Amino acid sequence: MTESMHAEPGVEALHADSLVREGELDTRHGPILYLEDVSVSFDGFKALNRLSLYIDDGELRCLIGPNGAGKTTLMDVITGKTKPDTGSVFFGQTIDLLRLDEPAIAQAGICRKFQKPSVFDALTVFENLELALKADKSTWRTLLFRLNGVQQDRIDEVLQTIGLVEVKDRRAGILSHGQKQWLEIGMLLMQEPKVMLVDEPIAGMTHQEIERTAELLLSLQGKHSLVVVEHDMEFVRSIARTVTVLHEGSVLAQGSMDEVQNDPRVIQVYLGG
Amino acid sequence: MNLQKLTKDKTYATTLAVLAAITIIIPGCNLIFPEDSALHFSAYTVSLVGKYLCFALLGLSLDLVWGYAGILVLGQGAFFALGGYAMGMYLMRRIGTRGVYGDPLLPDFMVFLNWQELPWYWLGFNHFGFAMLMVVLVPGVLAFAFGWLAFRSRVTGVYLSIITQALTYALLLAFFRNEMGFGGNNGLTDFKDILGFNIQSEAVRACLLMASGLILMAALVACYWLVNSKMGRVITAIRDQESRVRFLGYRVEMFKLWVFVFAAMLAGIAGALYVPQVGIINPSEFSPLNSLEIVIWVAVGGRGTLYGAIIGAVLVNFSKTVLTGLLPEIWLFSLGAIFVLVTVFLPDGIAGLWLRRKERAA
Repeated sequence: MTESMHAEPGVEALHADSLVREGELDTRHGPILYLEDVSVSFDGFKALNRLSLYIDDGELRCLIGPNGAGKTTLMDVITGKTKPDTGSVFFGQTIDLLRLDEPAIAQAGICRKFQKPSVFDALTVFENLELALKADKSTWRTLLFRLNGVQQDRIDEVLQTIGLVEVKDRRAGILSHGQKQWLEIGMLLMQEPKVMLVDEPIAGMTHQEIERTAELLLSLQGKHSLVVVEHDMEFVRSIARTVTVLHEGSVLAQGSMDEVQNDPRVIQVYLGG
Repeated sequence: MNLQKLTKDKTYATTLAVLAAITIIIPGCNLIFPEDSALHFSAYTVSLVGKYLCFALLGLSLDLVWGYAGILVLGQGAFFALGGYAMGMYLMRRIGTRGVYGDPLLPDFMVFLNWQELPWYWLGFNHFGFAMLMVVLVPGVLAFAFGWLAFRSRVTGVYLSIITQALTYALLLAFFRNEMGFGGNNGLTDFKDILGFNIQSEAVRACLLMASGLILMAALVACYWLVNSKMGRVITAIRDQESRVRFLGYRVEMFKLWVFVFAAMLAGIAGALYVPQVGIINPSEFSPLNSLEIVIWVAVGGRGTLYGAIIGAVLVNFSKTVLTGLLPEIWLFSLGAIFVLVTVFLPDGIAGLWLRRKERAA
């Protein structure tokens, strides 16, 4: 999938219609992810209820909400794991995510870190990163794949970033919980995605590791769009500009951390129950 | 790059060296030394070892799909039998007028059934090249069709295993039928020659053993290369966390499909080498029990190591030869006992003992 970089919207708007090609990411209108009227139900339980959400290109958005609010289901819908009953999900203005399956969505540039760290225990840290590396992922190309210098450097760079240089040849299975979290974040970086969906990144991390994670996530915004799901309010406060509160499958409130914390409906949900 | 690594990898280098020694010494001594010499290997030994090498290749093929890609195929024997039938059809056509009924075109069993002409699917099998192509194509195409449907529908785990078992059972029933045109219950036998050489002669037996050994070595090298490529790491990842691999952008079903097809082709080749050495192919080769035995070979040897499958196939079959000779009734019980003991005490098989020692040393 090509990612076309566009100049200032004003200049290009004149030729916009003739330039847009289907299947090419187009974010000139601002948002990179459009979710409109999305509903998902499991056996009558509405996990998502007519949810609408827009994520801007380069934005870092935090999603909070009580258990069962639909945060993970939302990520499942975006990454193609769950097909919604109704609604539309677009990546940029032209790519209809509901028509793509998981690998196609990943290749288009939407990548995900899971709540439970999901690294490949039998492979080494280096091999985990190599597997995630942005490359042609067809069977034949994968069989004949040889790491080139640029890719080697890229992996070394990410190993530095996630602080796992020393253990790069150890099996991922022996890493601590926090290290596995880092490795999975590293695997996200290797994919050079446009959108990163990060589910509970700091669970099991020490205080220092949490700080480093916050720094890392902040450094990524602008280049990537991030959606972070987290329960730790202090952490959310330290990274978020915009916070979206989900409740019972739809958006309850949205705004700065202070705004949503003072919103009476949010207080009701979190405290009043 | 990988192949240089192979020669440095002691376990694989040793396996290859042992296989090379077997391939050269056993048929060599059989042909060079006279029968009364202490160094002579009997014709019986030659055909037995040749058989073991075919089973080793079959075990290797299962280890690739099960040990690495995590697909527990309980019907690998079906691909072995199909390769065997393709070879058997060639050998049948070679009989010509030397059959009991002396029909130049029709094999004996067709004359016996009063068939007037050769079924279309027997055409071309008088050519060795065509038959060898079918040895890999027929199992390959069946595996492709089956895998395409199963993997794309995301059938996995025990369900997939059961379907593969059903596949081989269905083929067993089909090949039993005379109307299928593959000799029914009796299968294909009474072979006379292969490529113009008498199939009973010691020299041909020795050559067949050599061919089995060489092809097994080539297959081991090919599998080693595959599992040490990035594709090997992808299939290992699929084995451990299939859905996670999808989110990295890999089409999981295509990876599983191609490994499954490649393994089916290897099994087909093993079957084709087996049939001329034992002189018969019949529907019992499709029996689900055979396919289960292959799983036991690999479990005993240690899955996910390649050489483990070879060791397991040879050891279990050697025990089978010895035990069925001494006490035929207890063989199946012993097989069950071996499986239980290995599962409980040696979950990584014989190769696991090896690896544990190596890890302790490191």
